[in-house]
This record gives sequence, C-alpha cells and structure tokens, in this order.
Amino acid sequence: MSLQITCPHCGRRPIEEYVYGEVPMVPEEITDPDEWDIDRAFMMHNTEGVQREAWFHLYGCRRWVYLHRDTATNQIEKIE
Amino acid sequence: MNEFQEKKVKLKWYEPKKTYDVIIIGGGGHGLSTAYYLASRHNITNVAVLERKYIGGGNSGRNTTVIRANYGIPEAVRFYQQSVDLYKTLEDETERWIMHKQKGILWMAHSEAAVRQETARAKVNRAFGAKTDFVTPKEIKEICPQIDLSGGGVWPVMGATYHHEGATARHDRVNWALAEGANKRGVHIHQRTAVIDLIKKGDRVVGVQTTSGPMYANVVMSAVGGHVTGLAKMAGLRLPIRTHPLQAYVTNHYELKFNPIVASTSLLFYVSQTARGEMLLGAEIDRQPSYSYRSGHHLIQNCSFRAITLLPFLRKLRILRQWTGVCDMSPDYSPIMGKTGVDGFLITTGWGTWGFKAIPAGGKNMAELIATCKTPDMIAPFSIDRFANDRTKADRGSAGTH
Repeated sequence: MSLQITCPHCGRRPIEEYVYGEVPMVPEEITDPDEWDIDRAFMMHNTEGVQREAWFHLYGCRRWVYLHRDTATNQIEKIE
Repeated sequence: MNEFQEKKVKLKWYEPKKTYDVIIIGGGGHGLSTAYYLASRHNITNVAVLERKYIGGGNSGRNTTVIRANYGIPEAVRFYQQSVDLYKTLEDETERWIMHKQKGILWMAHSEAAVRQETARAKVNRAFGAKTDFVTPKEIKEICPQIDLSGGGVWPVMGATYHHEGATARHDRVNWALAEGANKRGVHIHQRTAVIDLIKKGDRVVGVQTTSGPMYANVVMSAVGGHVTGLAKMAGLRLPIRTHPLQAYVTNHYELKFNPIVASTSLLFYVSQTARGEMLLGAEIDRQPSYSYRSGHHLIQNCSFRAITLLPFLRKLRILRQWTGVCDMSPDYSPIMGKTGVDGFLITTGWGTWGFKAIPAGGKNMAELIATCKTPDMIAPFSIDRFANDRTKADRGSAGTH
C-alpha cells in the first residue's frame, strides 16, 4: 500500500488514519430480487485492477474519501 | 522419516496432452493434494495439474505452517481434525520427511469474556474429536516458561486453551511430497502454464485454454488461491471472496527451545519457532483488499509491539525476513468447497489464512467428490450455495487473529 492518501480536506495523511470501506455494486444483469439480495449481501467484485472505493478518514476530518486504486499495484490513480 | 533417509525429489515433466479426465487449475497444496488422493485412493491418474508459475509458489509457500483443529464450529472441528490425522501419516505414506512436528498450541485469554470463549472452544473441540483443554496460568508457565503472565502489566493471562495436537510442518516439503506422490502414479504437472480462459460447451465447462494450447477434460477443478475471482468469472460465477494481503516475518536464531505455538486473539498475533530456530510471527490480514505482494513496516512495528508484551525475550531478536501472500477471504471465515452449479466445474477456495492445515483433508474430500460425483458429508456444509440458503458457517476460531 502506498503509505499515504491525500485527503481533499486534510492533505496527505498516513494510511493508518483511514478505514477501508467498499462501494458494493450488484451487476445490472441480476434482476431477480432474491438473487439481487444474495449478491448485495455476499458477492464481491474483487477487482484486480482499478476500482472505486471509499475510505473513511476516521482520525482526521471524519469524512468519506473516494479513491480510484489499482488493487494489483496499490497505485492511487485519482482521488474524488 | 528423518533427514538421514532423504532422497532427491523425483519429478517427471511430460508434454501436455490434448485431453485428460481431470484438470486441476493451481499447483499449490490443495491442487497437488487433490491430484495425489485421486491417484492414490481412487486410481484416477489421467490428471493434469496446471500451475501459472512454479508448484507451491503461492500461498502454499508463504504460510506460517501451523496445523491445528481447534476451530469454533462442529463442522470445522470435524473437518480439520481429519486433516490433522492425515498429516500425521503423510510422512510414512509419501516416504518423504515433511518435518512434521507436534508442538501443541496455547491460545491465550486476557479477559473474562475471552476465558468464557476459550472454555467454549475447548468444549466444542472435545465434543467433536479435537484434543483441547482449558489450562490455568500455572499450567501455561509449565508448558511455555518464556511467557510473561502479567502481559506487560496490560494484558494479564487469565488462562488459555491448550490444543495438544497442534503441529507444524515444512510447507515446501508438503507440496513436493504430494507432487511426487501424484507424479509417480502418472499425474502430469505443468508448470509455467497459465490458464487464459475456460472452454465452455453450452453451460458446461469442457476444458481450459492455456498458454500451451487448449486442453479438454471431463472435470475442471479450480484450486486457485488469491486470484480465484477472475477464474470464476470465466465460468460465469460470482464468488463471495475478497483478496487481502497477509504478512508474516521471521527473526534471527533464538538460542533456546520454544516448544509450543502461542497465539492470542486479543493481542492479534501468533508465534512459533521454525526448525532453524527462527521465531516466526504473523498477525492479521491487511484491511484493504489488494493483490499486491508488497510488505510494509506498519505490520512489523505493530505485531512486534504486541508480541513483546507477552513474550519479552523477543525484544532481543532482530527481524530477518518479511513476506506477503494474497489470501482469498470468505465472508464467514470458512472455506468454500465442492460443486458450483456450473457443470464440469468444481471449486475449492476461501482458504484465506487457514489453508495449509487443510491441505490433506481438502484434497482427500475433493478427490472423493471427483471420483464419486457425490459431495462427501465432511465438506457438504462448506458448499458455495450455503450463502444463498442462509447457512453460512461463521467461525470465530477459524483464523487465529481476526
């Protein structure tokens, strides 16, 4: 993991200040409501590549930061 | 078996064939073990094991080699106890010295809540065949004299469970023993052969497209660790798996004998001594999902700090090496084994941080499933449809540290 995330509010801070959160997304092709629930509860994209994810700046501004991170290399491509 | 009876591992490399009865994707412990039990127990030898890099180079070569059965739920205790028993006879069976050594595991309790939890663990273990007892601080001191029972004044040891059959083995040797055992019965092992795609005929998986061309089989089994989500996607499956890095490290040589394996759920670490005398420490997975093998200073610092509160002698040692593996974590901390709902495609995954100890039992039961087409009772609770059926197997004793 690159050791720092630039928070839009606080600036560069070490990764330990943040808590990882996932942005769960059910694929559009799943239309059956039961299957949708199962997918929402358990199934993961587990992307190997760039994914959009949320980090909560717990020991900082206590706001959510959205990152585009490459899970294969841990490079942060973009911060929202 | 011992080091004086050693012979070179004999592996024969074959040219890839067009068709096999069974193709196993992933030449780690679980893949090789399934091939081994298919060949040795069921006489199915027309089997290929495909490995992207080299055998036992993934998590099978990166784990902390603990073998135990002190789990928290009946199904798991039963399953891992079978594995513990199979490990004991693996040396004689394969005629290879895997450096299996029974050490016993101490699982610390630092609070009244933890004492209750550990008492419950001992009772569940006893009821389902694993030998675990609750021990008092005095007994702990006898088993492991190095422990500071005051826990640095902050984490007092109020008791522990002692799992008598806890053991360690050399992970590479386990892989090689299984590979050789399967290989000499005719199983093909193809290293540096990556699977690019699954070949489907209608809804059925009939083969794999590899870097050395297509191969066809009646059954394709995935024993992939970490990168399993991508493979399952080729079969049209979505998995409840998230890939997290897990780090571990070893110190330099500790002169004295440190017999048991010590773990603490509250302090989030476990420690054992390797055959070379190095102290091997591990802790929890990295919180963020990632496929990166990068290790970090963060873990060494935190884990060492916690370990020293319980084992003060560690502060005099120096850290030699650190490494990382990528673990396929399931949401309920139990493995996922068996049929997938896609014809011709079986899966064994979700081995997270507890895969090494399950290598013989996982392989044996998957081999039985392939040979008989019937899911053995031992692994039926761990099927992938447990999530849809609301039968998840949440297991607090599954990983030592989370």
